[in-house]
Amino acid sequence: MMSSSTASRWGLRTLGLGYLALLLLAPLAMIFFKTFEDGIGPPLDAITSPDGLHALKLTLIMVAIAVPINTVFGVGCALLLVRHRWKGNTLIDAVINLPFAISPIVIGLSLFLLYGTTGWFGPTFADAGITILFSVPGMVLASIFVSLPFVVRETVPVLQEIGTDQEQAASTLGANAWQTFWRITLPAIRWGIAYGVVLTTARVLGEFGAVTIVSGSINGQTQTLPLFVQKQFEAFNQPAAYGASVVLALLALTTLLAMNLLKRKEA
Amino acid sequence: MGITVEGANKRFGDFQALDDVSISVPDGSLTALLGPSGSGKSTLLRAIAGLEDLDSGRVTINGEDATAKPAQKRGVGFVFQHYAAFKHMTVYENVAFGLKIRKWDKAKTSDRVHELLRLVQLDGLAGRFPSQLSGGQRQRMALARALAVQPQVLLLDEPFGALDAKVRKDLRTWLRRLHEEMHVTTIFVTHDQEEAMDVAEQLVVMNEGRVEQSGSADDLYEHPANEFVMSFVGEVNRLGESFVRPHDMEVVLDPDERTEEGLVQRIVALGFEIRVEFVLGDGTEVWAQLTRNELQRLELREGQIAYLRPIQAKSFNGSSPSQSQGASTPLGSPDEGDAERPAAV
Repeated sequence: MMSSSTASRWGLRTLGLGYLALLLLAPLAMIFFKTFEDGIGPPLDAITSPDGLHALKLTLIMVAIAVPINTVFGVGCALLLVRHRWKGNTLIDAVINLPFAISPIVIGLSLFLLYGTTGWFGPTFADAGITILFSVPGMVLASIFVSLPFVVRETVPVLQEIGTDQEQAASTLGANAWQTFWRITLPAIRWGIAYGVVLTTARVLGEFGAVTIVSGSINGQTQTLPLFVQKQFEAFNQPAAYGASVVLALLALTTLLAMNLLKRKEA
Repeated sequence: MGITVEGANKRFGDFQALDDVSISVPDGSLTALLGPSGSGKSTLLRAIAGLEDLDSGRVTINGEDATAKPAQKRGVGFVFQHYAAFKHMTVYENVAFGLKIRKWDKAKTSDRVHELLRLVQLDGLAGRFPSQLSGGQRQRMALARALAVQPQVLLLDEPFGALDAKVRKDLRTWLRRLHEEMHVTTIFVTHDQEEAMDVAEQLVVMNEGRVEQSGSADDLYEHPANEFVMSFVGEVNRLGESFVRPHDMEVVLDPDERTEEGLVQRIVALGFEIRVEFVLGDGTEVWAQLTRNELQRLELREGQIAYLRPIQAKSFNGSSPSQSQGASTPLGSPDEGDAERPAAV
């Protein structure tokens, strides 16, 4: 006979796992199942079509540009917020949360207005011969916007937790600000940054709302994988839509897995 | 030479952490900054190290004006209360940090690091990470790290504050011996008067951002400049306008014109030393420190009436201390009473 506490423990576990399975795992499993229902051929063909490959490439380019920029900015911003207390910090702190609070589609619209022909910045860039809207620069801007808070939010608590003792010790031992940052601060906050990078990557990979507005979703030109999925789905080309979805899901899972492996190696 | 601070002021918002502080620390000495929390002692130490900017005032290290120098250029070794160990580095890498910054070559660095690890008795633990060390070991590692770069001065901020009593006592003795060997000008901050008297040659007593008095432990104990120093460096009873050390309270059973009547409230045996607590007629609570022998001779019991006669009392009128010999001649034999210093609470 199980004791009542054991029973309730198992009950809670079943409930928790059941909830997660129903809400998170079942839909994902369905996608995988549907994709490979008729073998690997149809989805593979769709994905390796010129438009599919282009979408994949463009998605990876978004990640390659937006993630480093947001990482450098995020770490700098976290240092500013935690290590240099001044009055403007409250404002910065609030502004950084905007991308979390505002719907991506609104972000897309605002960028559209700002860089459009009648927007504040649109004419200036147009005169300089740079196209922002319906091309890669606009999509990068949108990706940076929506994924901006992650590195800051993950780094700030770690910076607060490590305190300033180690940095001060380094300075009394002769290290200048730059040496202190590279040798002491950065290694101490690397897991916070890594987690922020993973979340940023996942967000950029999957971004749909903001990018769909500024890109115009032109086949083979300004289509990232999520946009490709939507277009194919609307065109009743289900193998392509499912195949691309699986690729997206696998990319995100790989990022998470890489992070977990690194973390285990560390411990 | 040594370290001097002149007219140091530092304010944190509304809080005056340092209020026109001047101290002088002789070359090669071991000095304690002693005071309650919030007295400014840590701020002063950090200002000497360059970790805190002064609002005004001057810091001189070995004859050189260091006021405007950043911490990295002051040549100080600094030891933090919570060790400030570099957690992602091994013990070896921690101690070698300053040498690496100075671009020492590998062989020379290795020799120096191992020499220091032997000095702090951590030689076998060079490959460990700080998380695998005890508190005492971490603090010794921090000390080795600070000494590795051959600092002109060594500054320790409550270095033993986070350690348990036994380890604290060992490290204290060990620091004193280390200082005798190295003769590097050392300042350490503590709120523990016993620790300060045990380790340091010179004490600087601070309170509310000011220096109250500095001098040797004996000086401060025997000739406190004011009420604060008297009560901080040792125990004290207040009798009207005068202050009496508990071991200067003589307890007698027969009253005369110099005694005060008191009710024995509590008798606490602390080993050889006995603490007898009295309530006087006006409600004042005082205590006398007796030896076990004295207690037995007097046969005191809780609840009885006895008489107190201050042997030596001090009063501080304004700023000038005055000392008065209380009673005529002490009755106790010379080997009793005075010899024992009250222990820290």
